Amino acid sequence: MRWRLQPALARIRFILIQNRAGKTRLAKWYMQFDDDEKQKLIEEVHAVVTVRDAKHTNFVEFRNFKIIYRRYAGLYFCICVDVTDNNLAYLEGIHNFVEVLNEYFHNVCELDLVFNFYKVYTVVDEMFLAGEIRETSQTKVLKQLLMLQSLE
Amino acid sequence: MPAVSKGDGMRGLAVFISDIRNCKSKEAEIKRINKELANIRSKFKGDKALDGYSKKKYVCKLLFIFLLGHDIDFGHMEAVNLLSSNKYTEKQIGYLFISVLVNSNSELIRLINNAIKNDLSSRNPTFMCLALHCIANVGSREMAEAFAGEIPRILVAGDTMDSVKQSAALCLLRLYKASPDLVLMGEWTSRVVHLLNDQHMGVVTAAISLITCLSSKNPDEFKTCVSLAVSRLSRIVSSASTDLQDYTYYFVPAPWLSCKLLRLLQCYPPPEDGAVKGRLVECLETILNKAQEPPKSKKVQHSNAKNAILFEAISLIIHYDSEPNLLVRACNQLGQFLQHRETNLRYLALESMCTLASSEFSHEAVKTHIETVINALKTERDVSVRQRAADLLYAMCDRSNAKQIVAEMLSYLETADYSIREEMVLKVAILAEKYAVDYSWYVDTILNLIRIAGDYVSEEVWYRVIQIVINRDDVQGYAAKTVFEALQAPACHENMVKVGGYILGEFGNLIAGDPRSSPLVQFNLLHSKFHLCSVPTRALLLSAYIKFINLFPETKATIQEVLRSDSQIRNSDVELQQRAVEYLKLSSIASTDVLATVLEEMPPFPERESSILAKLKKKKGPGVVVVSELEDGKREGGELNGGGDRGPDSAMSASNASTPSPDLLGLRSAAPVGAGPPSGGSLLVDVFSESGAGGPAAAVNDDGFLRFVCKNNGVLFENQLLQIGIKSEYRQNLGRMYLFYGNKTSVQFASFSTTVSYPGELQSHILTPLPVLTPPRLIPLPTAYRIHSQQLNVQTKPVEPLVEGGAQVQQVLNIECITDFSEAPQLNIKFRYGGALQNITLKLPVTINKFFQPTEMTATDFFQRWKQLSQPQQEAQKIFKANHGMDTEVLKAKLLGLGTALLENVDPNPENYVCAGVVQTKSQQVGVLLRLEPNAQAQMYRLTLRSSKDTVSKRLCDLLAEQF
Repeated sequence: MRWRLQPALARIRFILIQNRAGKTRLAKWYMQFDDDEKQKLIEEVHAVVTVRDAKHTNFVEFRNFKIIYRRYAGLYFCICVDVTDNNLAYLEGIHNFVEVLNEYFHNVCELDLVFNFYKVYTVVDEMFLAGEIRETSQTKVLKQLLMLQSLE
Repeated sequence: MPAVSKGDGMRGLAVFISDIRNCKSKEAEIKRINKELANIRSKFKGDKALDGYSKKKYVCKLLFIFLLGHDIDFGHMEAVNLLSSNKYTEKQIGYLFISVLVNSNSELIRLINNAIKNDLSSRNPTFMCLALHCIANVGSREMAEAFAGEIPRILVAGDTMDSVKQSAALCLLRLYKASPDLVLMGEWTSRVVHLLNDQHMGVVTAAISLITCLSSKNPDEFKTCVSLAVSRLSRIVSSASTDLQDYTYYFVPAPWLSCKLLRLLQCYPPPEDGAVKGRLVECLETILNKAQEPPKSKKVQHSNAKNAILFEAISLIIHYDSEPNLLVRACNQLGQFLQHRETNLRYLALESMCTLASSEFSHEAVKTHIETVINALKTERDVSVRQRAADLLYAMCDRSNAKQIVAEMLSYLETADYSIREEMVLKVAILAEKYAVDYSWYVDTILNLIRIAGDYVSEEVWYRVIQIVINRDDVQGYAAKTVFEALQAPACHENMVKVGGYILGEFGNLIAGDPRSSPLVQFNLLHSKFHLCSVPTRALLLSAYIKFINLFPETKATIQEVLRSDSQIRNSDVELQQRAVEYLKLSSIASTDVLATVLEEMPPFPERESSILAKLKKKKGPGVVVVSELEDGKREGGELNGGGDRGPDSAMSASNASTPSPDLLGLRSAAPVGAGPPSGGSLLVDVFSESGAGGPAAAVNDDGFLRFVCKNNGVLFENQLLQIGIKSEYRQNLGRMYLFYGNKTSVQFASFSTTVSYPGELQSHILTPLPVLTPPRLIPLPTAYRIHSQQLNVQTKPVEPLVEGGAQVQQVLNIECITDFSEAPQLNIKFRYGGALQNITLKLPVTINKFFQPTEMTATDFFQRWKQLSQPQQEAQKIFKANHGMDTEVLKAKLLGLGTALLENVDPNPENYVCAGVVQTKSQQVGVLLRLEPNAQAQMYRLTLRSSKDTVSKRLCDLLAEQF
């Protein structure tokens, strides 16, 4: 496992949004990875998460880390964190993020994330930065996004 | 509400994305992309200057193409141009492109940093945030150099907007983690800590991550944060669910901030100030109380947010481990969760209880939940939950409940998931040993373990049961009886045969009085299993047979008959054949007395830390379970292995650990040639201590070894008594090594002897797992010896047994490389200094690269061969941090010392190094290509080796990764 050699850079190692077929809708990396490694991680996460059913926990051990994930319709939202991190806080962190996307895109669907991929990055940076939670207030985030939306 | 339509603002982008989505095949997609790339390239190269909008659109398309997984090799300049636009949307796309496709092109970095600098000083909060996010996303050293001084200023300035402060705090955190030397907090410390008091909860949320990181590195400088964090937490916890408005999530006030505050406090011991501590305990009690209140909402979000805080509070309570009342309350709360309908909560409760089990205050409280946990082990649907239940059972086990827990784990093993069986087996074996009150229970448990999950019973486990049986004479008779019965089963696991063979060979006499287990019956029973067993087990059985001849003379004729049969004495396996021949001869020519001496009962093993425990630690990493396990051990004391284990004795046995292995079980390596019979009990080595590791013995000194990968001469070893110098030369597949042993004292070294041995690559190659096999030496020791392994031949002559004070003696080794190898030969030196026997084992610096012949080649040749070696197993790659300076000349010298040719002007990137060489072995020649890519910015290297032989690539890669 090559990536263990790298210094610990962040609480959140990466955020992935994937659909059931394994297509990536967002990949945000908080550690340095080669492109090959990224691809491998994406595939592994998909394999680990999609086999689990609704009765299973929303947490799964992954290499030396753990994945906290939740499924919304056909999309899996996954956050990779340290094993000692707070599972429920990140699980609700995902939900908070999804609610913001839902407001922002007005009933968000997978296609919104495809066509507006560059805006999704902005939403992520408002809520998560440098692998840490930056802002948790939906009102504040949406106000900021609305303001940015109005700019040319 | 801000609803966004599809790709608004950039129609061309939306059309392009639609086109891609409509492509029916991968080929069609690639064709469409290539068309688009050509179009964009022509636009960028065209004479007409592009307006900002078009530039933004094309850069965004390039980004989309990149995210689809295609390489992008242009457009960087246009993206950088967008950074200086004064339109937000253009700037945003520029920064996004840079963040996603960072490029170490130094020319661009300068331009990017310039743009960031302008935006940081623009006083426009939107632009400042974009610039800060870019730094936080890229986090390169150049950026740290340029901005690490500026960002703290922005963070604490009175007129900075809140959103900018949030970004600045996390941006600084990123730079601190990547380049701590460049981020100097000195004068800012106190103002940063006071951000915990900031009005804006978002600023606190962001700043606390920075403060937590800084506190964990410099706790003293930041310790004022404790009281601030406590009062902030107290305000949140005691607020009504509507007080915090924007920061209330499903009726829970500021859950994430609360968690972060509780986590920050885990960087520190409990507050010393009584008032602060009182306030904190009050907070923790309130959190525990709230868990009992009826939920304010039925939504899972509500309970999750509430419980996130609760679990973090429990972590803090466990971290303090000083408030019995809170610990027990935490345990009761978790006990309720154990039966909750949410799988998540059951999982987390099991996990958290595991750490509570290790506290002396809550251990008993945890134990009261044993039935629920056992039930979880049996009924949970999610394997990871069952795993946590098993962990918890292991953690809560003590003498009072060991029998119950071990029984439950054993019965679970019958149906356990394959993924956790091996670990379960280790745990059962450890608990059985640790809490054994009577040894018959221990023996029963291990034999059951072999019966139920034989495939998962590793060597450590069955070695251990034998070790314990040998050491405890009160259990030997019982063990013999039990294995005898277990072997009656028509199909029994091979591990059972091994244990059976070993124990009956040693203690079969203890049950021979019963006609149902007479010597001949025992022998026939063992021999009925013989033909179905693997070679190592058969070898063990043969040794059991010769032991039988000694124990029961009446079986001699039958056994000699078996040994004499063609299937033994002419067995195609050398080891089996040799044993059959030698044992047959031994049994016919040796007198009863000689036989009795040679085949005497095994002496007791020295007690040591259980190697099974070591193995579990290795498997789990420094996990929670292990911690509790050790603490348990401390509390209990007097377990099977004796308290002496951890007493002063252990220090001694540790220093003796370098004793080489006249290890009677011969497990660690092929018997070292030239080693006489063990000279007394003190040399006995715990078979478990090193054999399990699967690699070279931990006690073998190998830091010296690594220094010689790229050089041939120098001092290999030095302590207060002895210095060993080394000179070596290699040509083709041959080498000659001169060893100089210098006596640094003024006193004579007596009985000075050296032995070279070659550790087996794998344990399964090693065939002598039997105590009876201190091989009966029928041949006098040779005056010169030679080790002959499949990989290396080493020849040498013995040194003079006396080394005078201040004198130096020399030894020459002739080395021949037969085929490629990974393990280095070991050199063992023994001598007496004063009365004390000194014993040193070193790895000889004979590595595969010593047999390199440099090969010069042109760039074309190099890359052609590189491509030919493109199968995955032919390549070995490592990315690692620089351990030494990255000086060019030093690197070159090392690469030349490696023995390969350093090829100039081959790699298109002049920073990289490429080398080529051929490893010469007797059996074959292996061409090797090497590429080393330094990344000075990250202080990392990427090392890639390709060769026609996978083991060579891998070994060279492992060796070299330690060199730079």
